[in-house]
Amino acid sequence: MSDQIKVPTMAEYMAQGKQPEVLFWVGCAGSFDDRAKKITKAFVKLLHKAKIDFAVLGTEESCTGDPAKRAGNEFLFQMQAMGNIEVLNAYEVKKIVTACPHCFNTIKNEYPELGGNYEVMHHTQFLKALMSEGRLKVEGGKYKGKRITFHDPCYLGRANGEYEAPRELLQKLEVELVEMKRCKSRGLCCGAGGAQMFKEPEAGAKDINIERTEEAIALKPSIIAAGCPFCNTMLTDGVKGKEKEGEVQVMDVAEMIANADEL
Amino acid sequence: MHYLPNIIFLIALVAGVGYFTLNIRKIIRNIKLGQTVDASGHTKERWGNVLRIAIGQSKMVVRPVAGLFHVVVYVGFVLINIEVLEIIIDGLLGTHRVFSFLGVFYDFLIATFEILALLVLVGVIAFWIRRNVQKIKRFMSPEMKGWPKNDANYILYFEVVLMVLFLTMNASDQVLQQMDAAHYTKAGTFPVSSFIAPLFAGFSEATVVIIERSAWWIHILGILVFLNYLYFSKHLHIMLAFPNVYFGSVDPKGKFKNNKAVTNEVKLMMDPNVDPFAAAPEGTEAPAKFGASDALDLSRVQLLNAYTCTECGRCTSECPANISGKKLSPRKIMMDTRDRIEEIGKNVDKNKVFVPDGKQLLDDYISREELWACTSCNACVEACPVSIDPMSIIMEMRQYLVMEQSAAPTELNVTMTNIENNGAPWPFNQMDRLNWKNEL
Repeated sequence: MSDQIKVPTMAEYMAQGKQPEVLFWVGCAGSFDDRAKKITKAFVKLLHKAKIDFAVLGTEESCTGDPAKRAGNEFLFQMQAMGNIEVLNAYEVKKIVTACPHCFNTIKNEYPELGGNYEVMHHTQFLKALMSEGRLKVEGGKYKGKRITFHDPCYLGRANGEYEAPRELLQKLEVELVEMKRCKSRGLCCGAGGAQMFKEPEAGAKDINIERTEEAIALKPSIIAAGCPFCNTMLTDGVKGKEKEGEVQVMDVAEMIANADEL
Repeated sequence: MHYLPNIIFLIALVAGVGYFTLNIRKIIRNIKLGQTVDASGHTKERWGNVLRIAIGQSKMVVRPVAGLFHVVVYVGFVLINIEVLEIIIDGLLGTHRVFSFLGVFYDFLIATFEILALLVLVGVIAFWIRRNVQKIKRFMSPEMKGWPKNDANYILYFEVVLMVLFLTMNASDQVLQQMDAAHYTKAGTFPVSSFIAPLFAGFSEATVVIIERSAWWIHILGILVFLNYLYFSKHLHIMLAFPNVYFGSVDPKGKFKNNKAVTNEVKLMMDPNVDPFAAAPEGTEAPAKFGASDALDLSRVQLLNAYTCTECGRCTSECPANISGKKLSPRKIMMDTRDRIEEIGKNVDKNKVFVPDGKQLLDDYISREELWACTSCNACVEACPVSIDPMSIIMEMRQYLVMEQSAAPTELNVTMTNIENNGAPWPFNQMDRLNWKNEL
């Protein structure tokens, strides 16, 4: 399999004088974090299967600046943003897909004012589009009838109003989708946003990811589906904290689709 | 002597409305102490929001129980104001039920008001039970101790008294109509107060007139007092909710404001042709401050937000930090902001301009621990029924902490250094970014 999947960079495309259909913005978690890399790989397998002409920035990609901005360092954020925009504009990038809602939100909403105008899609939106265009087929496979709940990432859901794309994908997998009480616009944060991922939480009664994991586990799902590498980490930690690894898995929607197809 | 009641009424009305206007102007002055914001454009969308969120109460009913009672009280309040208009005209001209010429429609109006008054009573009693008997969690937060708790109850008592007076007034009025009392025009249908009227059976006409006049006067004076109570209470939302929703954000919630001063700076840094020794061009002024440490650094919309907040606590009850026992409460951010801008306003009243008082919003009102507990998840913004944005204040205060004081938590400083050096929040080499492709 591995010899078939090519992950070309924009630089390579440029050298050949070509433009890919879409740039896959991998993001820091997707590039470095062992758990998130699995999401990256699953998504790339799906892109490959759907014969999408895509490229990545590779070593030319840099943090979007989301955690810096939300931690209050506007200067560092804008430095990152301008640097990235310079690279993206130099490659004349038009369309970006990313598996990270934080990258998605920042590039989509905060880059335009700084000179970066692109069509930006979250990977669940992109996959949904591929399916409706008939470029990617998804069938239930191993998840058919499984009890699954979806955790809305704040930066996809509330921040950008996208609640349906990931759910439609799950429905395509013919799962039994069960909703937590706090879902969609009232979804509870996993606790990682606003740069919390990178610091210890303030003193409190419990950690936010535990609160959320408890809510999910109460539904007795076999999988907690997520759409964000940070939510994924937080909920995976939560499941471990509750010693439920044997019963419930945390998986990205893209991973589930790739698995269903045994890619 | 004949005109004495009219004159007293006029004086009460002018005094009531006058003092209220004075205080409203103070609020406007205080809001204008904030930074200007560009709220131009999106006019259609903004009016749409006013129609849907403010007038249509669309976000109130997300919580059906509180929402339903609120809609009842809101509709009651708005419609019963038509009756207040009649009372004012009657009071000024010495007429009685001046709108009664409307005939059947008048009967219908009065009947509607009575039913609404009863429903408002039910709603207000339900609210009181929720606060004082059920003790719903969001009304019991630490910031709700003392004045905020009492304030909420006073408002409910006010409304009960006003509705009871309104119904008493109608009850005695219909008794007088039946007695053919002079001056009491035969008009109105009284589906609710007719159940109170029997209480006055056997009373002399003079007694019932005294009851009717007392209820009438105390009712209208009560309304004027209540109007003036607004400024001192959390209840300003009955007016400010509308402009506040209009000025609320029309962007996706995930879009945070880019600091323009920083943009210029960064552009200069990245421009290879810029002369590093050149004097700053004319008219470019370095910003006084990055981010916000005091209420004066906040925008006018944020200050309007603070005055609009009615402390319902839906934000706090949806806040993941608060739910998990952290100190942060978005409602407290808004209450603190209002308290501070009020304090600044009083300072300005005294000294003509703001004389530094050695206090600020940061630390003296809002602690750093609260600010750093926010996950920027937008749950508070989503929850607010009147489009208040507590999160933007938190983010601007963080910006002040980091950019003016370098006072981020240590782990975040490490994260930021990593981003600066490696282009990722973790200490990985940027050259390894694509290594995952070898694992495919």
